[in-house]
Amino acid sequence: MPNSAQSVGIVSAQRAQFDTPLLCKSGYVLPRYELVYETYGTLNSDKSNAILVCHALSGHHHVAGYYADNPKNTGWWDTMIGPGKPIDTNKFFVVGLNNLGGCHGSTGPSSVNPETGKPYGATFPLVTVEDWVESQARLADRLGIRQFAAILGGSLGGMQALQWSLSYPERVRHVLAIATAPRLTAENIAFNDVARNAILTDPDFHGGNYYEHGVVPTRGLRLARMLGHITYLSDNAMADKFGRTLRSGKLAYNYDIEFEIESYLRYQGDKFAAYFDANTYLLMTKALDYFDPAREFNDDLNKAFARAKASYLVLSFTTDWRFSPERSRAIVKSLLHNRRNVSYAEITSAHGHDSFLMQHTHYHNVMRAYLDNVASEFSA
Amino acid sequence: MNMNEHLTLAAKRPDFAAIAAWIPQGASVLDLGCGDGSLLHYLKDTLNVRGYGVEISDSNIEACIHNKVNVIQSDLDSGLSGFENNSFDYVILSQTLQATRHTEPLMQEMLRVGREGIVSFPNFGYWKNRVNVLRGNMPVSEDLPYQWYDTPNVHLCTLHDFETFCSKYRMLILDRRVMTGDSSIQLLPNLLGSTAVYRFKRAA
Repeated sequence: MPNSAQSVGIVSAQRAQFDTPLLCKSGYVLPRYELVYETYGTLNSDKSNAILVCHALSGHHHVAGYYADNPKNTGWWDTMIGPGKPIDTNKFFVVGLNNLGGCHGSTGPSSVNPETGKPYGATFPLVTVEDWVESQARLADRLGIRQFAAILGGSLGGMQALQWSLSYPERVRHVLAIATAPRLTAENIAFNDVARNAILTDPDFHGGNYYEHGVVPTRGLRLARMLGHITYLSDNAMADKFGRTLRSGKLAYNYDIEFEIESYLRYQGDKFAAYFDANTYLLMTKALDYFDPAREFNDDLNKAFARAKASYLVLSFTTDWRFSPERSRAIVKSLLHNRRNVSYAEITSAHGHDSFLMQHTHYHNVMRAYLDNVASEFSA
Repeated sequence: MNMNEHLTLAAKRPDFAAIAAWIPQGASVLDLGCGDGSLLHYLKDTLNVRGYGVEISDSNIEACIHNKVNVIQSDLDSGLSGFENNSFDYVILSQTLQATRHTEPLMQEMLRVGREGIVSFPNFGYWKNRVNVLRGNMPVSEDLPYQWYDTPNVHLCTLHDFETFCSKYRMLILDRRVMTGDSSIQLLPNLLGSTAVYRFKRAA
């Protein structure tokens, strides 16, 4: 529920149509597309107070506030954004969008391809973090924002924030990269591949064109989400929350739900599979796997960051093993090598990768302190 | 920070002024155990240094960011592996040496990462400390404001001890300032000085 005074209040999504073809990194040309987005706060007269929030795997444009017709539908980062919150909408103009390839309104695999009159399905390109940045830059142009005061995100969202400072060094003053990595480790790609295989091998997948068969690969998507969910939590957090608690108090000696953790995971899987598009899930995990700015520099991340001009805040969480503090420290090391302004905090938190979405006093204080400085650089 | 605040800070922490006197305009500085970032803020404002701090405490991380000082959260006792060889002109360890656990490796790390090191520490040989010990008590003073049971200080030393250490580990002392409060001490420094600041590099 919206929490009174500190909420941005009632929000509504907007839509932007782009008719200039987008050349994707894969070589695919997307002739036209739509992006759905929300904005909070007011853009100041010299358009210097804009913040772009990039979303992670399952996120979207509804970042803060709530909808008039559904007050329970609060934005996914409402704890962070609002009047008086760390991303203070009294000072900043905040933009959140649904990425290309998403399933919340922006053009994606489940959208109808105007050329065929059928959903894109398997024909939708595998878009990358670089492609997203390109499409986001066009949205910024549309909104009249030449340079963002800050671009930020967690996880896959952090990768986009980092990429912005490489694709458009002049267009972002501050990057806040949270619980992210300069590229995925083999283990991390492995988790993604198991998730993809769950979807790809679901009999209802139909090579990605399940829409025309009137089915959804629910079982695969559900398994993918269950696996993902395990990796977003920490061993301790799971132990604290569920332990070995039995649902009915005694063992049943069958394959029904016995332990609370099983119940929780299945519930999360079902909930997710009911609204998320399987093709989008596949595409998002691929974007994670492909992100690797050092690749074109002989794996030298220092060289990749040589063109960066932004200042950075890098944050990690102690129990995050999917995007571990070590991965964030690699980013910091390259930024130091390139003499960028950078601060790094390792937030002590019990909640694993999911910590970046949680309310945590120190984490929020660090964000607030940094963003207050960002705000002090422009006139209100 | 305005000029008045600078003067107040320099008076409160005379070792800051001594350190600033050695650092040229625009130098790059790594401040280990930088606290709330006061020294870096001071050096940035007065000498336009390119500075980074290293801190372990959450509240100091918040304070540094609030003070617009770059800060990296890390435990000094796990070394400086996040920093490249010769990546700084100066690596400073201000009033922190005595609280480090792995003091000798850290001093070596300072000279791997920096061209020169600067260290300030409370002189355990200061006469008031000696009097305390002679009376049978651990010294408690403005420079050593802890009781024996709650002190973070595990490696206290005198000027003599520090200089012996430097020569043993092939570190060349380039400069030394000894003071008590804000007055400079020339005579019998190991007895009359409460705080010492050293600048050193690797011996050839």
